[in-house]
Amino acid sequence: MHKIQSFPEYQVPGAQHQDFSPYESNGGSIVAIAGEDYVVIAADTRLSSGYTIHTRKQNKLFQLSEKTVLGSTGCWCDTLALTSLVNARMQMYEHLHLKTMSTEAVAQMLSILMYNRRFFPYYVSNVLAGLDSEGKGVVYSYDPIGHCERTTYRAGGSAGTLLQPVLDNQIGGKDKDVKNKPKVPLEKAKEVAKDAFISAAERDIYTGDSVILKVITKDGITEEEVQLRKD
Amino acid sequence: MYSHNNIFQTELWKGGPSPGQFYNFPGTNYNNSNTGGFTAPDIFGSKRSSSPITTGTSVIGVKFDGGVMIAADNLVSYGSLARYQDVQRVFKINEKTIIGAGGDFADFQSLKRSIDQKMVEDMCYQDDIDMKPKSLYNWLTRILYNRRSRINPLWLEMVVGGMQDGEPFLGHVDLRGRAYEDDVVATGFGKHFALPLVREQISNGEVLTLNQASQVLRKCMEVLYYRDCRAISKYSVAVSTAQGTIVQGPFEVNQNWALATMIKGY
Repeated sequence: MHKIQSFPEYQVPGAQHQDFSPYESNGGSIVAIAGEDYVVIAADTRLSSGYTIHTRKQNKLFQLSEKTVLGSTGCWCDTLALTSLVNARMQMYEHLHLKTMSTEAVAQMLSILMYNRRFFPYYVSNVLAGLDSEGKGVVYSYDPIGHCERTTYRAGGSAGTLLQPVLDNQIGGKDKDVKNKPKVPLEKAKEVAKDAFISAAERDIYTGDSVILKVITKDGITEEEVQLRKD
Repeated sequence: MYSHNNIFQTELWKGGPSPGQFYNFPGTNYNNSNTGGFTAPDIFGSKRSSSPITTGTSVIGVKFDGGVMIAADNLVSYGSLARYQDVQRVFKINEKTIIGAGGDFADFQSLKRSIDQKMVEDMCYQDDIDMKPKSLYNWLTRILYNRRSRINPLWLEMVVGGMQDGEPFLGHVDLRGRAYEDDVVATGFGKHFALPLVREQISNGEVLTLNQASQVLRKCMEVLYYRDCRAISKYSVAVSTAQGTIVQGPFEVNQNWALATMIKGY
């Protein structure tokens, strides 16, 4: 007992002295919009911490299969660990079941993998875009501990809070009559996604440099890159 | 016979440490292991090194036409003391791979032993298959991420370069396992001073020649020497091309202090 009393009160048994943070925010934003037979997912290519830009060409979109793409931002080292784990598990699934994981299955698995680290989370913002088993576009979004929600559009990452209301208005038609929800054509989805990033780059210092946009349809995945402001 | 007085202690070595142990000065240590919780948990849990001790400063890497170059000065500091002034911080790993290290130099040396052991294993197969830079880069990523996840990081910022299937490869890994590839990477102060100097030369997608690359690295090391208090004027460069890898130097940066006499007012 006397041993503990001779220490300052903050040093109690089991307490960890800690001035190293395992986490770091490396910025980056994701936008995903799903349509009837397509899904668009876009992420910027800036990797930064604080006022430092590490690289201007970091792809944050991970193609998991012919019809599933994962966008992942936040703590970049966690993104790397998580996505390589997802890739490994998808390969194991393929070898075991002789088929590629469906988007729904990947979505569920991702939630479980993230919840597995409930008490030392992957500090990442994930948006999963793909075509479901019926060929319809879907978007799944996650919180860092694995809560999963299926939606039709989502903005995530450092400018997620900035962009979500724009999508609510432009894609979700939240202000419109509930009965007459407009179907969003692919071209509009692409334009809204690009404009969203151009706008986010104006105010969010963690978003910029360029945006990579992937369009998933039954015919495959196409990719395009749009330059953003680099300051 | 002597039992009636206390001149002689009956117990030999009373209060001393048991064999193989160290003496605990009163009030400093409370268990016999005397590791201070560094190697095994004591009653206050386990402790880790949470800051670097002997450190190397910036490392800069650039790709050029047909290869990669990594430069770092030859100083390992002990806090603000310029302690070891003739230390190599860039290395040839094999004929395809070069690395440079900043951060805690002890951590790097321990890691380097593991890397060298891997190269010996590679050699033992006698199959002419060498580890490629991307494999080493990815391996480092996993090692560093693993250690950060145990809140016991290897305090390093490393640059890995080399030739990957005929193409130049250049990557950066830090103490958290954060990793990225680029045409030019830098660590520490180099991020602020060297990156802009190189980036302005390749801003329109130009590819540097070997000569241009070594010139721009020279300029970077010069600027860093002037402005980084933890840098010295001597630096080495590791070069990787299709022909193989080589460490060159040490070189001396150009320095001109004629201007210094004009600086007045503080």
